[in-house]
Amino acid sequence: MSESGRLPDTAGPGHNTPVASVSELSAALKRVVEGEFGRVRVRGEISGFKRAGSGHLYMALKDDSATLDAVCWRTTASRLAINPEDGLEVIATGKITTYSSRSKYQIVIEEMELAGEGALLKLLEARRRKLATEGLFDDARKQPLPYLPAVIGVVTSPTGAVIRDILHRLRDRFPRHVLLWPVRVQGDSAAGEITAAIEGFNAIAADGPIPRPDALIVARGGGSVEDLWAFNEEDVVRAAAASAIPLISAIGHETDWTLIDYASDRRAPTPTAAAEIAVPVRSELVAQVLDDGRRLVSGLGRLLEENRLRLESAARGLPDPRSLLATKSQRLDDQAERLNLGLQRLVREKSSAAAQVAAGVRLTALHQLVSRAQERLANVGDRLQPQMSRRLVDLYERLEQRRRLLDSYSYERVLDRGFALVRERGGQPITDCKAACRAVDVTIRFGDGSVAATVAPDGNGPSTRKPRGRKPSSDNQQGSLL
Amino acid sequence: MPDAAAMEIVDLSFEEALAELEKIVRDLETGQAKLDDAIAAYERGAELKHHCEAKLREAQAKVDKIVTGPNGENRLEPEEID
Repeated sequence: MSESGRLPDTAGPGHNTPVASVSELSAALKRVVEGEFGRVRVRGEISGFKRAGSGHLYMALKDDSATLDAVCWRTTASRLAINPEDGLEVIATGKITTYSSRSKYQIVIEEMELAGEGALLKLLEARRRKLATEGLFDDARKQPLPYLPAVIGVVTSPTGAVIRDILHRLRDRFPRHVLLWPVRVQGDSAAGEITAAIEGFNAIAADGPIPRPDALIVARGGGSVEDLWAFNEEDVVRAAAASAIPLISAIGHETDWTLIDYASDRRAPTPTAAAEIAVPVRSELVAQVLDDGRRLVSGLGRLLEENRLRLESAARGLPDPRSLLATKSQRLDDQAERLNLGLQRLVREKSSAAAQVAAGVRLTALHQLVSRAQERLANVGDRLQPQMSRRLVDLYERLEQRRRLLDSYSYERVLDRGFALVRERGGQPITDCKAACRAVDVTIRFGDGSVAATVAPDGNGPSTRKPRGRKPSSDNQQGSLL
Repeated sequence: MPDAAAMEIVDLSFEEALAELEKIVRDLETGQAKLDDAIAAYERGAELKHHCEAKLREAQAKVDKIVTGPNGENRLEPEEID
């Protein structure tokens, strides 16, 4: 202890040791502590963190065996690089001082940083898990990006390569209206500015003087984990997740991941890539529209051609309308003529039928008809009778003639006139001498009967035999007749 | 996306117009459309094509910077960035 620790010279009776008031002692202690330690850097884990209504932060830094109270005044608190929270392993920079009212010593924190990258990543992972549990990173929350945004809002630093890269790439692909919301992308105030910018773009009314962007790009170039830390801050991540305007995050390089990348609707590996994601290539679209236009024309042309061919082929199947008409016309003529004739014939038939009926109606005509018929009948009957009688008489006469003729031809008539018929015993007529000699015994027929005789060759007295009775001669008569 | 076919073409976004144009082209190319419908579709397709081309012609680079005034209101300032 040096002079600064010297106690007031107020000795009491019987003691060499001077007596000091509590305040005096406390003030002396404060001088010693502040003089001895001044500015320190201390590493410990935050516990008992509390943000008072005044804006001051109260907490304790501790390790496994000791605890150090800590306070961070409001004005300093807003500039802290990290948001203190329980469990964080931090390195606090500040002054050691005493708090005499409570017999305490404490550190007044002026700066605070995370204690090492491992601790940082541990914090990051814990925060990521927490926000993921809230659903901020859910795929269902992701909004589709507009195919061709008219206005693109960019949240990034107005200086540096990032905004230039984005604008250049946009110009190459498809020049758009870009609204730049300038922010600091690292440092104590970066997170607040970025949050405000994202919320500010979303607050622009659709029909206000400032055109409302239909896509946002939040971008920063590469850097260390600490450099990119603002994009891990909870406020920034929440603002990005809540953005009604689709948001593309492009923080650092391909390998850098920050929490805003989880919350954004699309993560681009680099700012340049963000511009590529934001807009299509205009020249390709022009070509596509041209191609569509060509296909539109040729498609319609082909359709028309196909329809024309179908029409033609269908038309070939149609009969010649003139012949169709001619056939119909002919049939019409035919039918018309038949109609006329039919009518005439009908009239004629009807009138003649009527005439007949009319004629029949006259009784005298009917009577005439009947009497004429009776006359004819009588006439026929009269003629029938004499004709039949006459015909019978004729037939009798003719029969009688034939009979007389037959008689006149009969040999028996010849016999009547004195001739005789000589026959053999067998009945065969003998007509010459030789036959008579051969026969010897013969029959001679006369007109009135027959006698038997024997033929003498010299012709002397033939022996006559008793006639054997007259033989019926109907056969001979008939035979002669024929 | 609202029913693009029922909307006035001027209200269509580029992608809506392009999507409808491509649908019309496909329909025409398959040859399934009725002739009257095909002609109507062609006319609409031609208008959509003009609309798309106009949208593509609109492309002009413009960069504005948001500036927050002392009262917290935002306004735009043209920004030149190379």
